[in-house]
Amino acid sequence: MKLTCDEATTICDKSQYKEASLWEIIKLNIHILLCKNCGLYSKQNSIMTKCYEKHSNQEDIKKCLGDEEKAAMEKELKAKI
Amino acid sequence: MSQKKHTLDPDKWIKSHADYLFNYTISRVNNHEMAKDLVQETFFAGLKAMKNFQGKASERTWLISILKRKIIDYYRKINSAKGKAEVKMNFYADGEREGEWIEERVPTSWNSETEKSIENEELSNTLELCIGKLPEKYELVFRMKTIQQFETEEICKELDITSSNLWVIIHRARTQLRKCMEDNWFQN
Repeated sequence: MKLTCDEATTICDKSQYKEASLWEIIKLNIHILLCKNCGLYSKQNSIMTKCYEKHSNQEDIKKCLGDEEKAAMEKELKAKI
Repeated sequence: MSQKKHTLDPDKWIKSHADYLFNYTISRVNNHEMAKDLVQETFFAGLKAMKNFQGKASERTWLISILKRKIIDYYRKINSAKGKAEVKMNFYADGEREGEWIEERVPTSWNSETEKSIENEELSNTLELCIGKLPEKYELVFRMKTIQQFETEEICKELDITSSNLWVIIHRARTQLRKCMEDNWFQN
């Protein structure tokens, strides 16, 4: 029933991906009521999740090969054909 | 009527398949240069193996099957390699205080501008730097889970790790990232 801070923060991380069970979340919330440090960790963790989401949306732009890169690949490949 | 036999035309590989293969790779490898190298290696391997092509599958399917093996090899290498850096632990690993916060690693309050600073365009750059400082395996698992948003099960299958393994890695990666962002972003 009683969690260590290590376990509490792990559950907190899982819940950022909506993969913590209901029971885990109840235990986490009880822990947070009693532990200031984990309360702060939890609050900051949600902020970090927002950062990651924002970053994730920006990343999409770089997900293709540039024309120059393709030209270089083409050259290397042709040399081997 | 017999089925049309597929043929290979390496002269057109880059034009027809480079983008597709790169896209497939980047979502699994998460590193532009590495993904590019894997795609190029796939084409080279394809050239070498041309005589084994039986024409049953399409050219692209055939190339993807080569690429898949390249990616698995890459994962294996990461799995066995030691990380770039050691991740500092936040909790006592044993003794009377096992599982409790180590004093100097207790979270500190961020300034009140925190929420606003998330909207700053440069946040992504700092975050990218911090992610780059993670040990290689942590970086890969973190990116697949958080940035690429793969299912837990899929990551475990591709990387051959257990789900409790995955959560330990995610937890350590997130804790290190939080610390790195705390030092480089939230307190400025």
